[in-house]
Amino acid sequence: MMPGAELSMGPVLFNWKPPVWRDFYYRLADESCVDTVYIGEIICAKRTPLFEPVFPGVLDRLQAAGKRVVFSTLAEVMIKRERRFTELTCGFDDMFIEANDASALFHLRGRCHRVGPFVNTYNEDTLAFLESKGAVHVTLPPELPRDSLAVLAARADALGVALEVAVFGRIPLALSARCYHARARGRTKDNCQFVCDEDPDGMMLETLKGDPFLAVNGIQTLSHTCLNLMHELSEMRRMGIAAFRLWPHSLDMVEAARLFRKVLDGALGPSEATARLGGHEPARREHGAGAGFPFCNGFYHRRPGHKWVTPGQRP
Amino acid sequence: MASEPVRPELVCPAGTPASLRTAVDAGADAVYCGFRNATNARNFPGLNFTTAELAESICYAHDRGSKVLLAVNTFPPAGETNLWRGAVDDGIELGVDAIIIADMGMAGYVAERYPEQRLHLSVQAGAPSVEAIRFYCEEFGIKRVVLPRILTVAEIRELGDEVDCELETFVFGNHGLMAEGRCSLTSFVTGLSTNMDGVCSPAGHVHYEEGRDGDLITRLGPFTIDCFACGDNAGYPTICKGRYRAPGHPDGYYAFEEPLSLNLAELLPELVNAGVRALKIEGRQRSRAYVQAVVSAWRRAVDDVMAGGDVDVDGLLALTEGQKQGQGAFAGKRWR
Repeated sequence: MMPGAELSMGPVLFNWKPPVWRDFYYRLADESCVDTVYIGEIICAKRTPLFEPVFPGVLDRLQAAGKRVVFSTLAEVMIKRERRFTELTCGFDDMFIEANDASALFHLRGRCHRVGPFVNTYNEDTLAFLESKGAVHVTLPPELPRDSLAVLAARADALGVALEVAVFGRIPLALSARCYHARARGRTKDNCQFVCDEDPDGMMLETLKGDPFLAVNGIQTLSHTCLNLMHELSEMRRMGIAAFRLWPHSLDMVEAARLFRKVLDGALGPSEATARLGGHEPARREHGAGAGFPFCNGFYHRRPGHKWVTPGQRP
Repeated sequence: MASEPVRPELVCPAGTPASLRTAVDAGADAVYCGFRNATNARNFPGLNFTTAELAESICYAHDRGSKVLLAVNTFPPAGETNLWRGAVDDGIELGVDAIIIADMGMAGYVAERYPEQRLHLSVQAGAPSVEAIRFYCEEFGIKRVVLPRILTVAEIRELGDEVDCELETFVFGNHGLMAEGRCSLTSFVTGLSTNMDGVCSPAGHVHYEEGRDGDLITRLGPFTIDCFACGDNAGYPTICKGRYRAPGHPDGYYAFEEPLSLNLAELLPELVNAGVRALKIEGRQRSRAYVQAVVSAWRRAVDDVMAGGDVDVDGLLALTEGQKQGQGAFAGKRWR
């Protein structure tokens, strides 16, 4: 039940400039210790043409480096463009696909696939249903607490499904039909001019009092705080969680992955690793932001998600 | 499908047995309600039904030709599914006309154990595309899908032409900005989850405090959601309706949407022509007086439209208690 933990890099959520996007993956291929790399645009179908020229090179490089490459589908599929893109993605039958909504499940049922964190897999009944449709690997929603993870892990073991939990990065919190990046500039989604590419980690929203609160990424809303489950890794391993995901940010993700790997291997303590991780700051300071994003782990401990529950003070 | 308009069912909210009777008397074709626990998405204090209350309410509604739809439309966290199964079992035993479901595991439970039971897909399941709807219909025998409030009327019409199930849309009431069933903002701030606990910006975490110059500050948990000058009507601090600062907006702006409520009165004829089979009014947390006024007005509006007449839009606008009105995503793509 406990072979080496799988460490994965989630798909890039933000609209990085294509050369930056390409170089990020090249470096993951050449230097990183992650086992699995998710690629594909999951937030906005309008962005996909931007990456088409660099996509084949990235795919080749990752595969040549021995990475398991999984293609993630759009999280929200509504209009024709999004439906076409999802159908096209699910049609890549020589690639592993991660479904992020029910329309992808429609295309993928009956065939081996992964299920992403944007599908609401909250309980063991849903997990068993998804397995019956061909799911072999499921990444759980971010707000599930420890007790639910443990129940799911036990059921996943019986079903032969691998479970994945995100352990690092701003937390995806909500999706909308409306583009909030466009709205901030007085535009709409159809004439957005891709203003989201100015914020490689999302556009921060502060409260009127000046407290950092949320981050906007097109139609997506994320936490301002950065998930860090370093201290929870060993407990999750004991439960039987098989894989751990890092969400890409504009910091040294190769180093972040290395720190998580060391903690998983028992070669570094979680406090030490967290201290080193905290030393990394986003490449581009945001409006009003201090040094990096503060860490949070509240969801795991059934507390408000923005909270940081200090190790040793667990409820 | 859209050529021969079918009279849409008017689906009305009932937070209490008294509201249910009021809605039925005011002309609701169907009322929707939930049990007094986390199994439904309006799990507010003092709201919802005990088993005995639901039994009496079903009799009342059925005697007067109205249906009762039971919302079991939250997502049970692992290890706690028995509460949700119990809600489904109880509702079916009492004879509800349909179960409104969101979770795939629970939908599978109903479809397998009660294959004859009519199932509606909750808005919380977030199924806005042809393929997503087909998936739920084919896997669980869903008869009706409540659409997320993110489609235009034109898109709803196209959707209706391509799927076999009935479509239901919201037409009136409170209007969240995020795709339903896909929002963890409340649990991020309060630790109580919209998906698992059935709450959104729960009152127990709301704070009002006086700021400098007599401003009224509204907070949810530790986060300021908005600030109102003296004399302004302070809104309830819902996260997606708050004001925040961002680059280019140093004084704050409604980052997601101005606080307005949905009113599709003017679009009613178009919705009927688009083949929408059920019109849903939001507001299980509202008073009996509100339910009475809104349901009566919509009853008249639907009857007028089906008789070929016009909608008394002004009458419906007057019901809004001074809140700003909008058509959200429904009127066109510019909303996005």
